[in-house]
Amino acid sequence: MHEMSLCEGVLQLLEVHAEKEGFRRVRVVRLEIGALAGVELEAMRFGFDVVMKGTLADGARLEIIELPGRAWCLCCGESVEIGQRFDPCPRCGGYQLQITGGEELRVKELEVE
Amino acid sequence: MMCTVCGCGEGETTIEGEAHSHDHHHEHAHGHPPPHHHHDGVHHYGLGPAHAHAPGLSQARMVSIEQDILAKNDEYAAANRRRLAERGVLALNLVSSPGSGKTTLLTRTLTDLAGRWPMAVIEGDQQTSQDAERIRATGVRAVQINTGKGCHLDAHMVGHALERLEPEAGSLLFIENVGNLVCPAGFDLGEAHKVVILSVTEGEDKPLKYPDMFHAADLMILNKTDLLPHLQFDVEQCIEYARRVNPRIKVLRLSATTGEGMESWYEWLDASRRLAALGA
Ligand SMILES: Nc1nc2c(ncn2[C@@H]2O[C@H](COP(=O)(O)OP(=O)(O)OP(=O)(O)O)[C@@H](O)[C@H]2O)c(=O)[nH]1
Ligand SMILES: [Mg+2]
Ligand SMILES: [Zn+2]
Ligand SMILES: [Zn+2]
Ligand SMILES: [Zn+2]
Repeated sequence: MHEMSLCEGVLQLLEVHAEKEGFRRVRVVRLEIGALAGVELEAMRFGFDVVMKGTLADGARLEIIELPGRAWCLCCGESVEIGQRFDPCPRCGGYQLQITGGEELRVKELEVE
Repeated sequence: MMCTVCGCGEGETTIEGEAHSHDHHHEHAHGHPPPHHHHDGVHHYGLGPAHAHAPGLSQARMVSIEQDILAKNDEYAAANRRRLAERGVLALNLVSSPGSGKTTLLTRTLTDLAGRWPMAVIEGDQQTSQDAERIRATGVRAVQINTGKGCHLDAHMVGHALERLEPEAGSLLFIENVGNLVCPAGFDLGEAHKVVILSVTEGEDKPLKYPDMFHAADLMILNKTDLLPHLQFDVEQCIEYARRVNPRIKVLRLSATTGEGMESWYEWLDASRRLAALGA
């Protein structure tokens, strides 16, 4: 995924909410990023500082809440945790998995003033 | 500053050689989402560090957002999708690594299907309008988007291209994305299907190495099958890998240069058009 573009998307949300909620500075940005969202966290942190320069979130702290990949295994009939999209079921080794979580790419909350 | 919607350097995106328009007033008529703020060096809310508060005057507080980061792109994509549906246009987003044969597949398709259905093409590349020119040589209308440093098309650029192209009602619209197996996976353009093209010279492991793309696609085209005798490419293994990351993916094998296997692609296009016409 393109982390720079994602950071631009974050900035856009910040600006929309700044206008709506009347804040002027963002101190902390808390994101939820799923393990299957295809995001390189280091690139995200780097891109964040670059993109936020000179904006309402200049110098803001980025906190990333990592959410695990979860899937429903059709063979086991159970919910299992997976690290990557193409991983086999950790219980039965099968590949008939339906992703149920871990694709999140969300701005959760902000600390603003 | 970058254009926050396009995710590309400001002024870098051009459509048919013209700088990407930052005047969005005309978009309202076409149901485009409200104009967004482009960062043109003017700060829209007076929030820059120069305007920062005096210490102690304001209080920190929490604001709950709970919104998807790609929400803006998704809004533009939804607007494109509505607009395409109103006109009964079936849009396909063709994605692949550079050189897998997207334009070759398109020019052959446009030539073979000429007169059967109305067709139009949006070409995405970082630079040059060579691909759009190759398309126009077949007699089909095409608009070139150049993304500059941007490595993917987004729904906002495609919305602008649609304003220019105005595809005919009931037509088949091919969108050739920038050659890149990574980020186009994350950007919905408003298409009906993503079609991933993998040429056999790239190796059978690509679905595992770039799972997001193969997961997002409804159809995988294995192209350049004419070269198989010269390569060690395990077709069955490749398909098995693709199904691992996407159990529902359909697979077609063809050669865009010899034409072998093209019939099944045309059948898939026909079936998709019929389904789209039914609103399925
Ligand atoms: N042997 C063989 N060569 C092919 C086939 N399809 C495309 N090519 C060749 O592959 C090269 C790249 O083809 P293009 O159609 O330009 O590929 P593309 O995916 O549009 O490339 P970009 O737009 O630059 O990403 C050209 O030299 C084509 O002639 C095929 O089926 N068989
Ligand atoms: Mg091309
Ligand atoms: Zn299992
Ligand atoms: Zn614009
Ligand atoms: Zn990109």
